[in-house]
Amino acid sequence: MNTASHQTDLKPHAAGTDTSVLSGAEVLLRVLAEQGVEVIFGYPGGAVLPIYDAIFRQDAIRHVLVRHEQAAVHAAEAYARSTGKVGVVLVTSGPGATNTVTGLLDAMLDSIPVVCFSGQVGVPLIGTDAFQEADTTGITRPATKYNYLIRRAEDVAPCVHEAFHIARSGRPGPVLVDLPKNLMVGPAPYSEAPRVPHPSYRPQTEPGREVIARAVAAMKGARRPLFYTGGGIINAGPEASAALRKLVEKTGFPCTSTLMGLGSMPAGDRRFLGMLGMHGTYEANMATHGCDVLIALGSRFDDRVTGRLDAFSPGSFKIHADIDPSQINKIVPVDVGIVGDARRVIEMMLEEWECTPANTRQPIDMAQWWHQINEWRKTDSLGFVQDRAPGAIIRPQYTIRRLHELVTATGRDTYVSTEVGQHQMWAAQHFGFDRPNRWLTSGGLGTMGYGLPAAVGAQIAHPDALVIDIAGEASTLMNIQELSTIAQYRLPVKVFILNNQYMGMVRQWQELLHDSRYSESYSAALPDFVKLAESFHGKGLRATCVGELDGVIAEMLAHPGPVVADICVAQDENCYPMIPSGAAHNQMLLGPDQDDEISAEGRMLV
Amino acid sequence: MTTQQESPVSAVISIQVENESGALARVIGLFSGRGYNIESLTVAAVDETRRQSRINIVTTATPHVLGQIRAQVERLVPVYRVAVMTGREPHVAREMALVKVIASGERRADALRIAQAFRAHPVDASATSFVFELTGASDKLDAFIDLMRPLGLAEVSRTGIAAIARGAAIL
Ligand SMILES: Cc1ncc(C[n+]2csc(CCOP(=O)(O)OP(=O)(O)O)c2C)c(N)n1
Ligand SMILES: [Mg+2]
Repeated sequence: MNTASHQTDLKPHAAGTDTSVLSGAEVLLRVLAEQGVEVIFGYPGGAVLPIYDAIFRQDAIRHVLVRHEQAAVHAAEAYARSTGKVGVVLVTSGPGATNTVTGLLDAMLDSIPVVCFSGQVGVPLIGTDAFQEADTTGITRPATKYNYLIRRAEDVAPCVHEAFHIARSGRPGPVLVDLPKNLMVGPAPYSEAPRVPHPSYRPQTEPGREVIARAVAAMKGARRPLFYTGGGIINAGPEASAALRKLVEKTGFPCTSTLMGLGSMPAGDRRFLGMLGMHGTYEANMATHGCDVLIALGSRFDDRVTGRLDAFSPGSFKIHADIDPSQINKIVPVDVGIVGDARRVIEMMLEEWECTPANTRQPIDMAQWWHQINEWRKTDSLGFVQDRAPGAIIRPQYTIRRLHELVTATGRDTYVSTEVGQHQMWAAQHFGFDRPNRWLTSGGLGTMGYGLPAAVGAQIAHPDALVIDIAGEASTLMNIQELSTIAQYRLPVKVFILNNQYMGMVRQWQELLHDSRYSESYSAALPDFVKLAESFHGKGLRATCVGELDGVIAEMLAHPGPVVADICVAQDENCYPMIPSGAAHNQMLLGPDQDDEISAEGRMLV
Repeated sequence: MTTQQESPVSAVISIQVENESGALARVIGLFSGRGYNIESLTVAAVDETRRQSRINIVTTATPHVLGQIRAQVERLVPVYRVAVMTGREPHVAREMALVKVIASGERRADALRIAQAFRAHPVDASATSFVFELTGASDKLDAFIDLMRPLGLAEVSRTGIAAIARGAAIL
């Protein structure tokens, strides 16, 4: 394993006094080192051979060889989200580049800073349908925040510097740099990061005092306020979460979070109402429906959150803070829009809250609001029934609860990634996250196959931490080849499969919306996951009944190497509570016994 | 608030962009990707060093969607500034057309007479044809082309709109 260091041993160094000639590939690596890059997730091929050659001849930057380029991007995303740094990907031209598209779009929708380098055929060959040529910038334009096709050697260094700046600043996102092979082989001038990165790119991060004051004035007058926080808080760094906790405490307001924002508030905090939205808690959704001032911080009124739009939080005064001005008034018209970095917004709200003179302060009586919320809480919308007889079928919710309890007991720093489906929602509901940057999930794109490579990225970033991929049996198979990466780098990743033998979330919708016609949603011909683990040099475990569950989890946690745990859970369990498509927040389905008709319009929605 | 019930209006979106490869593709890709329509499009470098280009897009959308278009376009990396000009914002919008008419005899004389009335200049002429150049607001061009139709209209090439705010206001 390489030791992390910020210096390449590519010679010579001092900028400006450079007399010897570097190749484009060497310039690239030097800029990466200067940008603080420690790890690249990649996969080689013809067009990037010069870059791989340069990687071979240095040891400042570590390369992690994934087994599919999509996985490289997801690993880089998890690396980025769990460290706050930019994730870096390197792939070859043509199929290598096209394989990254899903990952790039995933990073785009969840605002994850990633820089992806793709090889390209030599500049003279561009446009000739050369071997492994693809119009990579054309294909990835709508899947990236920005992309480049570099055509001149002198653009390599400034563009790569700029790519990092664009990926990490403003609303973070993926940036792709397409690198023609001849520019990597030939000489290229080195240059330092340009002082003025891109002339037209000026993201606003500092909120205006005046809008903050208007927002806080509304908050002071609120009787039924609610914070609705999202992934923007995580992106704004741990300091933003710390500031949020302070703001919640100072104001005494309740707080709910989107899927992407989990961890910014401690799950067990009495002011935290859990996740809102389609599979959110009853109290979170009822509070969203009934609040009189809604303060959205780094969240974007996604359709999974709002449900039926014309019934979303009716009558509330809405404040929306986002770093991306295009999010404000996009879906829901708001009364106060604040453009700025979530951390700065929260810090300024705190200052404003504190400095408003006490005598002008409206004494807010929120007791009634809290009383109401606590009444809603009594519904226990996340409740489930688990038969404790040792031979009983395992309920998936119980599985997550036990996993959380046993993990907590280890006291280890823990990162959880997920795939996409019911298990993802159960993980969000039942695995209590207390810290930011520990929850790695594909929210905006909902990409099955995200979790396993994400676990790779998280474990590479945090070698000593406990990293668990909470998976579904169908999703896991979408990037199962990464077990090979896990084996190669001896990553002690735990793949924890809630095996219900169905694409459970699809099956659930078919049950509720299509009269239980389970069209193509059965996971037929599954592999034996225990043997699969063994064939990839890991440990395989299986639990088939309640009596075996704790033992399997304990063994998994105690094992120092990679583990695949096949947890055979109830096949027919549905994820509740649920706001059916087209319904309002106060029309939740709380469980199987309540079979309200889902409207025809609802059936049309995704 | 019921943004859905606003009625669509015609607007020119004027966009100042960095003159770099892919900038136009980014803008029009955003329009097609998000379901905004493009009725006409012009683009050309406009500053002395040819570092910046101006894109003019004519579209029809509700005020809410126009606001969205502005915000979405503004966040593209190579975009400097965006102006949305509807009937409410005083602006000048002009378009140029080249109109080929194939006619002889009386119809040829009629075409010439109408062209004069519209201040369309014949920029090419042969024994059987004319090419007229006409600049003005789009509806003026439409009217001229309609009148040429029965007189032997053969082909039309239009530039699309270039627009700029009236008075001292700048983008
Ligand atoms: C790449 C991709 N293809 C299809 C889907 C649609 N989809 C969403 S959840 C799901 C089923 C997931 O099944 P599994 O991984 O077993 O999880 P479960 O719901 O059973 O927990 C499918 C097919 C998706 N989200 N991503
Ligand atoms: Mg499943």
